[in-house]
Amino acid sequence: MPDTFLFYVFSAVAVGASLLVIGQRNPMYSIMLLITSFGALSALYIQLDAPFVAMAQIIVYAGAIMVLFLFVVMLLNAPQEDAAQWDRTHPLRRPGMGRFGAMLAALLTVQLVWALLRVSDASAAVGARGDVAELTSVRSVGRVLFTDYVFAFEATSILILVAMVGAVVLAAREEKR
Amino acid sequence: MEQATLRFIIQLGIIGFTFFMLINASALLVLAERKIMGFMQQRYGPYLVGPHGVLQPLADILKLLFKEELRPKGADKWLFTLAPIISVTAAFAAFAAVPWGAETTFFGLLDTPVKLGVADVNVAVLVVFAITSMGVYGIVLAGWSSNSKYSLLGGLRSSAQMISYELAYATALASVIMLAGSLSLRSVVDAQAGYWFGFIPRWYLFLQPLGFIIYMIAGVAETNRAPFDFPEAEQELVAGYNTEYSSVRFALFPQAEYINMTTMSAVATDLYLGGWHGPLLERWGLGWVWFLIKVGIILFAYIWVRWTVPRYRYDQLMQFGWKWLFPAAVLNLIATAAFILYFNA
Repeated sequence: MPDTFLFYVFSAVAVGASLLVIGQRNPMYSIMLLITSFGALSALYIQLDAPFVAMAQIIVYAGAIMVLFLFVVMLLNAPQEDAAQWDRTHPLRRPGMGRFGAMLAALLTVQLVWALLRVSDASAAVGARGDVAELTSVRSVGRVLFTDYVFAFEATSILILVAMVGAVVLAAREEKR
Repeated sequence: MEQATLRFIIQLGIIGFTFFMLINASALLVLAERKIMGFMQQRYGPYLVGPHGVLQPLADILKLLFKEELRPKGADKWLFTLAPIISVTAAFAAFAAVPWGAETTFFGLLDTPVKLGVADVNVAVLVVFAITSMGVYGIVLAGWSSNSKYSLLGGLRSSAQMISYELAYATALASVIMLAGSLSLRSVVDAQAGYWFGFIPRWYLFLQPLGFIIYMIAGVAETNRAPFDFPEAEQELVAGYNTEYSSVRFALFPQAEYINMTTMSAVATDLYLGGWHGPLLERWGLGWVWFLIKVGIILFAYIWVRWTVPRYRYDQLMQFGWKWLFPAAVLNLIATAAFILYFNA
């Protein structure tokens, strides 16, 4: 019973905060709300018996990536989006865009409904593979990451490395001129 | 009384005791810092309030309570209020996953032993790391919301510094986790029980001397203490991120800093110094006294360093973090992995 109650509390926080993220004009508030949403998500992971995933969520997303976001917003020093100018010039304000967005939203809704209808099959499959806590432990996550998914894992890290080198090269070139 | 009720009350008591000790730790550290600083600079330090000046922290806090609370005109109202709260909440919450004593029945009061510590989490190392990394938001938001260039620079420096030193810090942690084979701080401590050759305690300090040094350096940088106190470098930034704060809101920042220091020292004790294991006292069920002594020694070293080493330059800080500390931590990690593979294969 308290588990169900907590599930609804954290879900409400996650959904509410995510909705407010896109409703803010101040990017600083958006970032703080996104962090709140990540926190609520990680609480949901803990309820699913996956403490490692929950902590990874906090450390990687709320801890590292959002600090970088914050850093960028502070450096650009853009406390307020200029609403009037935004209305005039932003490409998203062109007439066809609203309809396109509505279409995307409808597509997403269909996908969500489809996924939710299949969710009982998926959970049955997980149950068949054994204990959930064992499945999400650091040991098994590590083992799967370095055996079954080792190519994807290494490819991703090389991709990130390339992006990083590229950013350094671009930044250094600008300095020289 | 029924066992379940008794257990609940004792569990609550342990949580309350931890909270009480943490609050007092920050007050004690203020006093210790000023006393040790006075000693090192050949002067008295505080000596007027109470015998030998021991009530000085109380006087400090009372003074701050009665001061006027100011907020700059262009400051962001919500974030300005929220920032010190985030700082101090993260500092307190991080300690929740730190165990500080062995299992005990309180001299036969309980049927089954309880664990001394707020919560026994099986990924405790990650919990402490995650929540401490949340503390940086307090500092960054304080810097940004004050609408002052000095505060902003302090906040920017803090986020850059935290990101840089978190890597070395986490890599040093990973070496110990590999040795112990567990992410739970309690199992890491229990893996350090006993002695080599009958007299050398089996502390990871002796297996991981480089890791310990890296952990301590990165820990000093993470808690923004001198010689890495760039977010509040007085000569350049007035007072850094907390320039515009006054009264109780201001007091929360140093309090968070002192509690973070305590957490850092407690985690170091659990990871490298064998936690509550030690001769004699442990046999009488007083292992947590050893824990307190070890934490106290590390905290003394913290203060000692602050009044001995001058502040680095900002570029030196970044250079040191990325070009020396992080590679050293990675080498330590690889060497540890090779060591484990060689001896356990």
